[in-house]
Amino acid sequence: MISEWVVSILLLFGGTFILIGSIGLVKLPDFFMRLHGPTKATTLGMASMLIAAMVYFANSGHGLSVKEILITIFLLITAPISGYMLIKSAIHHKLKAKEGTKGLDNVEDD
Amino acid sequence: MRLQARYRWLPTPFRSVFLFVIWLLLNNSVSAGHLVLATFFAIFIPLLSFSLRDPQPLILKPGLAFKQLIIVLYDIVVANLQVALLIMGPAKKLRPAFIKVPIDLMHDMPITILASCVSLTPGTVSAEIYPIPESLAEGEEPTQRYLLIHVLDLKDEEALIKQIKQRYEAPLKEIFQC
Repeated sequence: MISEWVVSILLLFGGTFILIGSIGLVKLPDFFMRLHGPTKATTLGMASMLIAAMVYFANSGHGLSVKEILITIFLLITAPISGYMLIKSAIHHKLKAKEGTKGLDNVEDD
Repeated sequence: MRLQARYRWLPTPFRSVFLFVIWLLLNNSVSAGHLVLATFFAIFIPLLSFSLRDPQPLILKPGLAFKQLIIVLYDIVVANLQVALLIMGPAKKLRPAFIKVPIDLMHDMPITILASCVSLTPGTVSAEIYPIPESLAEGEEPTQRYLLIHVLDLKDEEALIKQIKQRYEAPLKEIFQC
């Protein structure tokens, strides 16, 4: 009973965060700002959904499953790397940043 | 800073432990057969792959590394709440900025960890390291390196740079002793 509550809360929490990350993708004005949604909000959302899966399967008689921890670790390792590759190629293609972005002269050409 | 491990047959002790745990997690079992196989992989994969890589500083303070991991995990949760609030708020109020953070770390591995921590934590995504290694002449060492980061909502540049240096860079310097 308690585990059902925990699973529901974690799923709702994770779902909300993934939704907010996706809203950020649509709503924010330029590429660099849009990048903040998927590198952060989605990571936490996925992590809490995976923990929910772990709690659910631990209580459904299938024995303790720990593979979800592995998925979380890989997600935490790969999310910043893919974000880094995206922003690096965006700089390389000289994508326009939003008007009024400070410190644009800090970006050097490569 | 130490590049060479204590035992030659175990060049990267923490990667070996990591491989051992990953193998057991992948198979979701701790039976004797998997323990033996995991030990085999943990010893031989680093031995085979070690000579293919540039030597990187070893973790010399495992306790501190664990503490830092907990801090970063906590920051990831807080960062997500902050970024969620920023995204849901009015987009016009956001003040995006590119800023340069001077870094003292010299090796690829600690810099990668620092850049990843910065990407995962409050409102910042790391973009580039200056000077770019290819732009340097052969054998020339950069005097001062910068990490270019993109900030979603910049309030105080000085404070942010100070926070990154104290909260993420200083422990890394301590852990790798470089």
